[in-house]
Amino acid sequence: MSTDAIMMMVVAMIVIWGGLALAIVSLVRHGAVEERTENLTRDL
Amino acid sequence: MSATAGRATAQPDQEGRRGGFSSRRVFILAAIGSAVGLGNIWRFPYVAYENGGGAFVVPYLVALLTAGIPFLLLDYAIGHRNRGSAPLSFARLRRGAEGLGWWQVGICFVIAIYYAAVIAWALRYTFFSLDEAWGADPEGFFFGEFLQAGDVEVTADVVPGVLVPLALVWLAVLAIMVLGVQRGIGATSVIFIPVLVLAFAALVVQALFLPGAADGLDALFTPDWSALTSAPVWAAAFGQIFFSLSIGFGIMITYASYVGRREDMVGSGLVVGFSNSGFELLAGIGVFAALGFMAQAGGVAVGEVASGGIGLAFIAFPTIISEAPAGALIGVLFFASLVIAGITSLVSVIEVVISAVRDKLDTSRRAATVAVVVPAALLSLALFSTTSGIYVLDVVDHFVNQYGILVVALVSMLVVAWALRALTGLGEHLNVHGRPRVGTGWRVLTSVVAPVGLALVLVFALRDDLRAPYEDYPSWLLLVFGWLLAAVLPLVGFLLARLPWRAGTHLDGPPPGSDPAAPLDVTATADPTPRDRPGSGHDEGGLR
Repeated sequence: MSTDAIMMMVVAMIVIWGGLALAIVSLVRHGAVEERTENLTRDL
Repeated sequence: MSATAGRATAQPDQEGRRGGFSSRRVFILAAIGSAVGLGNIWRFPYVAYENGGGAFVVPYLVALLTAGIPFLLLDYAIGHRNRGSAPLSFARLRRGAEGLGWWQVGICFVIAIYYAAVIAWALRYTFFSLDEAWGADPEGFFFGEFLQAGDVEVTADVVPGVLVPLALVWLAVLAIMVLGVQRGIGATSVIFIPVLVLAFAALVVQALFLPGAADGLDALFTPDWSALTSAPVWAAAFGQIFFSLSIGFGIMITYASYVGRREDMVGSGLVVGFSNSGFELLAGIGVFAALGFMAQAGGVAVGEVASGGIGLAFIAFPTIISEAPAGALIGVLFFASLVIAGITSLVSVIEVVISAVRDKLDTSRRAATVAVVVPAALLSLALFSTTSGIYVLDVVDHFVNQYGILVVALVSMLVVAWALRALTGLGEHLNVHGRPRVGTGWRVLTSVVAPVGLALVLVFALRDDLRAPYEDYPSWLLLVFGWLLAAVLPLVGFLLARLPWRAGTHLDGPPPGSDPAAPLDVTATADPTPRDRPGSGHDEGGLR
């Protein structure tokens, strides 16, 4: 693989998979109060 | 006081009957299941390769961040705030906008009937992989022995080898949908999305160890920076993001309506958006590593074997499977991934229709599911299990995507942003529990940048289709299953919008009790419609 190709592959991985990791961490840290109404679980 | 108590239970009871995801995790997995479909596996790698290789990362990320995720959040806001299917959510925004929702429902119905056929092919090929049933000529096998495709015409000559798996796919869909939002769609996603990721990751690892894999990755990621000045490349990036994320045609509106009212929809949207792109990147690596092997085995350049869509899945991959060590394993992993990705997307598409029928007619889950899935299955079997199925499928897919999804998404986005001026209210709704907050930037992206991006995609598609007949198909085929079909869907949509809603349906604004800022212990105000009464039979599960 050429250096350019390796660089672009790494950049894509860092931005996209890194973005996903950040999004998950952010959601876990700032996640909303989960609503658990009795009726919403009726079909569990 | 007794009135307050009654009010406190009305809305949850209504939502309970309508159904809902039991948690944020289930919703996110279901939304990922919808977004990650066949296009992630067989469309993205080739689109990236054809449009600048590694340089495509730049317009792709720009499109994701400026149009894809903002539009996804718009869909979430519409469905989550208005707590209804696409037609009901649009009707609650403005009664005259209901037709947009039915237009989206019509598109989903059409997509479902042909999408199931491709899943059926992949299902059959999962088993073909075990003994490499295509022999030395995968292309001849696919079009000849398997599909029995003849001249380009519409026939009623049934192909049993397609009919049986297609019927099985529809039976599976019927079973999933009749179980309801949580036990059907939710449970399917919770089980199959991790399986999909693991199966595809195993496939990628296997592909990376094939000789020639590095050449494939080199072809995919070597940047052609001159592509960044090309408008069609930017249109391809916006098109890929748009088609891949399941936005703009009712799916995300419907799914968001099943999420608890205090949920962080912005954070969830970011996770779904990046998960979808993350899977696409994984698919690109796996597919091009395998194509690199195929090129090396054939002694040709990667560019000569690179393909996308049906050609990649049913011709190139069988060739790879025949030549690679442990080819059967690669085949099973690849086609099983297609089946899983396809099924989780198909159920989301058909749920748009079922949800709309339930909201409009106040039917039980089971009745609405049968009323939608059975006709869809019969149409699907009649059109796509015949010797002409591949041609009709190709034309319908092209035109419904380009002039169905794309146009309805563009029109609904413009209507919501500019005619209804609803973005401020929708943004405020997202911000009640959402982080990061959306503000002026989001409104500019959804009202200007995303529509311009979609318009660009539409203009290039229109230019290509007017310049030459799509794939050189006969004019009558393109007219009937292409242009006419795309034109009829909005007409049907706005006609359906003229049908009256069930008595007592709340249409003016978000329904009572849906305020996400309301404290949990006072959950609702009264909406004393007949469906709120206990024992109305409007239950989510439908089987109890």
